[in-house]
Amino acid sequence: MKRWLPAPRLSLLLLLVWLLLNGSLSAGQIALGLLFAVCIPLALRAYLPDALRLRRPDVLLRLLGVVLLDIVLSNLTVARQILGREAALNSRFVWVPLDLREPAGIATLASIITMTPGTLSCDLSADRRHLLVHALHVADEAALIATIKARYETPLREILEC
Amino acid sequence: MLSWALPLAIALFALAMLLCLFRLLRGPSLPDRILALDTLYVNGLALLILLGLQQRTPLYFEAALLIAMLGFIGTVVMAKFISRGDISE
Amino acid sequence: MSALAPWLDYLAGSLVLLGAIFALLGALGLARFSSFLRRLHGPTKASTLGVGCVLIASMLVFSPGPQASLHELLITLFIFLTAPVSAHLLVKAALQQQPELRPAAPPAERDSPN
Repeated sequence: MKRWLPAPRLSLLLLLVWLLLNGSLSAGQIALGLLFAVCIPLALRAYLPDALRLRRPDVLLRLLGVVLLDIVLSNLTVARQILGREAALNSRFVWVPLDLREPAGIATLASIITMTPGTLSCDLSADRRHLLVHALHVADEAALIATIKARYETPLREILEC
Repeated sequence: MLSWALPLAIALFALAMLLCLFRLLRGPSLPDRILALDTLYVNGLALLILLGLQQRTPLYFEAALLIAMLGFIGTVVMAKFISRGDISE
Repeated sequence: MSALAPWLDYLAGSLVLLGAIFALLGALGLARFSSFLRRLHGPTKASTLGVGCVLIASMLVFSPGPQASLHELLITLFIFLTAPVSAHLLVKAALQQQPELRPAAPPAERDSPN
């Protein structure tokens, strides 16, 4: 099992994407998709990162919902700021201290930050303990950091770490 | 509603692409131009989808998918190029 | 092609309009703001959501027919996954080109005990 399917979730994803791409569920496409799902992870085995243990699927789903909602809400905020006076904006960099250690988790957090409330993740400090975030408008730096940590980082830690 | 919303949306997207073109020509820095190109391809992709809706044909999806992939790769390559002066990893 | 159900027509129409408005706002932010880092905020979020709205509308319109296609779902996912990556790379490139934009290093590890 381990030998032929080094990354079962990746295989499943490949099969799913292949079927979606072709938009058909015929036996031939399923067979071809299965072939890809087995061969591609085997060929890439040397490059695959260690599998992540995902805990707490309920937290994962809730995080997904929160992020989708925040994307829409943050767009309304950003829309208002784009239409408003530019001089009223207080854009600046903020270093967000990280408690998350898992590299994949940090990457996810950075992507979430980029997609949500007027913030953009720019860089990671060399020791991976601070994330550089640029915010379009900061009223209260501490509140921004607290929001990021409470809304996104804590659920990610629950999912990826124990 | 779709019958009048579609042409209006197409016009709005065209206007958005014009704004991107303005930024592309104006610059002033290289990352600005790359960002403008990036936004331009995303808007072009949406325009293609709207055209597919207008003509009720799913033909354009393949093209949209290709634009999405090539556009992303183009942005990545250009950003890497200006930050390193080299695109090979 | 048969006519759409009225509710579907309204839903798809509003999504298309909403998406167009978001995309326009994103591009406006790109054209209007005065510094690169501010300009980056509009397109990465608003344009992505705008395209997402249009793609969902397209999925709604095509889903009941024989031409049902889930390609839009793939495109939407792809765009949402790639937007942060390209934004990140662009910031890195900009910081490299204009080092004076980069802020001071983080406050020394005073707040982390280990």
